[in-house]
Amino acid sequence: MILEYILFAILGLVAVVSSIAMVTRPSPVMSAIFLVLNFFALAGLYLLLNAQFIAVVQVIVYAGAIMVLFLFVLMLLNTESEHAILKEKRNLKFIGIFIAVLVFIQIGYIIFYSAPSDGITKEIAESINAGKIETIGTELYTTYVLPFLASGFLLLGATIGAIVLAMKKFE
Amino acid sequence: MNTIPMEYYLLISAFMFSVGVTGVLIRRNAIVVLMCIELMLNSANLALVTFSSFLGDPAGQVFVFFVMTVAAAEAAVGLAIIIAIFRNKLTVNIDEINIFKW
Repeated sequence: MILEYILFAILGLVAVVSSIAMVTRPSPVMSAIFLVLNFFALAGLYLLLNAQFIAVVQVIVYAGAIMVLFLFVLMLLNTESEHAILKEKRNLKFIGIFIAVLVFIQIGYIIFYSAPSDGITKEIAESINAGKIETIGTELYTTYVLPFLASGFLLLGATIGAIVLAMKKFE
Repeated sequence: MNTIPMEYYLLISAFMFSVGVTGVLIRRNAIVVLMCIELMLNSANLALVTFSSFLGDPAGQVFVFFVMTVAAAEAAVGLAIIIAIFRNKLTVNIDEINIFKW
């Protein structure tokens, strides 16, 4: 019980702080590193929620594949930091933060107004069963087989699109 | 089931989404903007997994699987577009990419 709360506090704090650090660091490489840290904290939160399969996929696909792609592109392009840009555009910064605070207040109001945890009396066994790879695999190949095939086509299209964009000759 | 209330997870998710929105609005580097979009997708994933776990329904986690597929496709195509723009204009600063602006 108490261990669950301690783990939640640590992982939640890491997720929140790393997301803020990711947006505020001027160097794109530091942003990418903090985003990887954020993904790992999220994987820990998924484990706390009994979603083992999603936690493992999060680390392999997001932290492993997508972030390596991002870091590879950052290495290829060698972009400069954003110190100067952020200093000369203070208005933009304030407007951005203002809109984000509005979004946060809206979502937070909905969360507490609708009180989603009222009336949930599920046993922990059901939650563990929902996160098992066996359950997710069965759902994926029976109820959601059409979206599953569509996502395969989506990946094929994305691969072909990326190759076509990379092959194009510019003068 | 869980001793931690659902609202705590949802608040972390909402906070990460707002930070992602801030990043998209204030950052000028196109690659960092794409990373902020990934952050927003991840916060949506956290909300889906929370509901799925608290309701004992695997459908939410299947949706997370699909969101990850779309995120991977989006990252691949988006980065390819950014590289194509960089080869043309030698910059990824979104203030200087204004060919479609009139």
